Amino acid sequence: MMAGVSQFGASERSLLESLLVLDFSQFLSGPYAALRLSDFGARIIKIERAAGGDLCRQLHLSDTDDLTQDSTLFHAINRGKQSLAVDLKSPSDLELVMSLIAQADVLIQNFRPGVIDRLGLGYAAVRTINPRLIYASISGFGGEGPWVDRPGQDLLAQARSGLMWLNGDADQGPLPFGLAIADVLAGSAIVQGVLALLLRRGRTGLGGHVETSLLEVLIDFQFEVLTTHLNDGGRLPERAAFRNAHAYLAAPYGVYPTADGYLALAMMPLSKLAPLVDLPKLSELPQESQFSDRDKIKHAIAARLLHKTTQAWLDILQPEDVWCAGVLDWATLLKEQAFRRLDMLQTLPREGGPPVLTTRAPFSINGKRPNSHQAGPMLGAHNELIRREFGQ
Amino acid sequence: MSGSASAPLAGTLVLDMSQFLSGPFAALRLADLGARVIKIERPDGGDLARRLYLSDTDIGGDSTIFHAINRSKESLVLNLKRPEDVKCLMTLVGNADAVVQNFRPGVATRLGVGYEALRRANPRIVCASISGYGSDGPWAQFPGQDLLAQARSGVTWLNGDAGQGPVPFGLAIADMLAGATAAQSIMAGLIRRDATGEGVHIETSLLEALIDYQFEVLTTYLNDGNRPPHRAAVRSANAYVAAPYGVYDTADGYLALAMTPIARLAELLDLPELQEFTDPKSAFTHRDAIKAILAELFASDTTAHWLDILEPADIWCAEVLDWPSMMASDGFRCLDMFQTVSRQPGISLKTTRTPLRVDGVRALCERAAPQIGEHSIKIRQEFGL
Repeated sequence: MMAGVSQFGASERSLLESLLVLDFSQFLSGPYAALRLSDFGARIIKIERAAGGDLCRQLHLSDTDDLTQDSTLFHAINRGKQSLAVDLKSPSDLELVMSLIAQADVLIQNFRPGVIDRLGLGYAAVRTINPRLIYASISGFGGEGPWVDRPGQDLLAQARSGLMWLNGDADQGPLPFGLAIADVLAGSAIVQGVLALLLRRGRTGLGGHVETSLLEVLIDFQFEVLTTHLNDGGRLPERAAFRNAHAYLAAPYGVYPTADGYLALAMMPLSKLAPLVDLPKLSELPQESQFSDRDKIKHAIAARLLHKTTQAWLDILQPEDVWCAGVLDWATLLKEQAFRRLDMLQTLPREGGPPVLTTRAPFSINGKRPNSHQAGPMLGAHNELIRREFGQ
Repeated sequence: MSGSASAPLAGTLVLDMSQFLSGPFAALRLADLGARVIKIERPDGGDLARRLYLSDTDIGGDSTIFHAINRSKESLVLNLKRPEDVKCLMTLVGNADAVVQNFRPGVATRLGVGYEALRRANPRIVCASISGYGSDGPWAQFPGQDLLAQARSGVTWLNGDAGQGPVPFGLAIADMLAGATAAQSIMAGLIRRDATGEGVHIETSLLEALIDYQFEVLTTYLNDGNRPPHRAAVRSANAYVAAPYGVYDTADGYLALAMTPIARLAELLDLPELQEFTDPKSAFTHRDAIKAILAELFASDTTAHWLDILEPADIWCAEVLDWPSMMASDGFRCLDMFQTVSRQPGISLKTTRTPLRVDGVRALCERAAPQIGEHSIKIRQEFGL
């Protein structure tokens, strides 16, 4: 098996064996999609600008990172991939890229709309040289309309999507989701489109173009609550004023401080919880007050939960099958047997620096979780190999 | 497009044995790509999401979220505690391409419908299983519920402001990501099946999906000496990203500001007091001080005023919208993301469409979510059950 491709046990064929993906994208959304295809067994070639490559290489999230090296973040997103550094304005480089496109199965791009057409690599242009190609585009806000030229950045897509009014407490104003949710969902959605079109190609022999955007996936992410809003007379979501966890869910849904930490309580009838936390009066409340008196009920529960440790509450609640959990931070999680059992971390060698400890795919195939062999590639690390393999 | 011959998954039959959100979301995505999805439901009330009301709005006896998640699917009632119904299921499996299930680990096997049994019925079957925390280990039997998976995953320390304690993400993020992974797994599995003739079993879980969701910052943590994430004290938007990243109050609303060099802001906004923070490192080390200076300025004028200064300079910023203002905007309307689905005369609802456009077309679906067992007779006849 060639270097840089995820590998399964010797007896297993990977799901996407011999699939060639050209990834022209940068930052997170497109590269995350390519990473997923890589974990399913595809070979990924990053096509990067010779001048600096993927901008994510310089996006350092920690001051312990060696600033002269690629960021840790870049390695997390690009493990196992190959890198071809090119200047798309140079005719000979463009010729090599065209030759690659002619032999590839999938192309991923997340340029601002119009940019890739100007480079001569838009879908209409490349399908003539490879009608079997699956072409995947991720934009910020779709291919037309007044937001089309706005930067496709996660926080800005969150801002326009209404999502920020579902997070945090009622008096907090809009609270962003604290991780790149639009990028991850867009990458995840485009992988679905790519795989579906590969299946169609198996039947018809023809490729196709699949598109999504950060805004579209955030609408989709809100589909349950947005559907509720669209059919309940347009009432706006009301977050709890106190320890909100979901604007549309009744008490006790939320996270509460205990004597030594925090406890999460999911949906449950108050009549089940009340006796266990010694609040008999809560059992007498009519069911509709779980929502209408949400804040009052949550305050009452919060006051009780402060009296015991998280473990003491878990010992009382879990045997009764109350839906609850202690709230962990990473240090605690990483020590948990349940986490270690999943075996979700891997140490990958990288050129010119210490190895990188990073995550593995979030799935197992016939009981085996795929591995990578290397961290992210140095810019242009595979130029020679790829030129030999695909050059004229 | 659903059901049409050019749909990517036309001719694919998916059995959805799951309930609530994660598995049914995977099946919904496959339906939007053209697969036929049959929900296998218990006779006593079916999918529990039918009765999970987020508002007092009831549509034909089912909750709005059930309708959102299960539009265009068919429903077959089977009581998997009865051997004759398990036999019916196996006949159906023999004709199906894929199965989605999200029982607690061990339950499917006890019912005689675990992967091994499905594979005996159809060696070509592709099965995706979603659990809360993996198939074994000390958490395997814990309820696979979104908030509880968030609580255990560490993700709640990345949301909200420092000083707030853990703040959950306000939507079912683990369910959605696990469902998306399951949908991918099924299609990747079908690709291999088409190549080799062999089915496959792919497993994921809410916890795995949340670890993956945190992969960028978790990798940073794992390689920088395990320093815990530090959210900003004010208006945090990402524990690991430097100032000015965040949302700011203006005189009449809110402004989101993404990664921007501080020197550029100092100049555009005429803020000489930012000059001492223009070294890229101080954007992180003095994050709260920088954000406080910006917050004071932005509060002094309207959102439109700031956008007029920042957008022409290509600064990454946006007005923060709520649903009504988003829906009124042309940027949203041109995406055409809503559709009306109906069940029988008089029962219809407005819901979202798929976030994917295939060959320029967004799939449209007309059929609402089914009633329990709505298609039982038809399916039994069709497959001789």
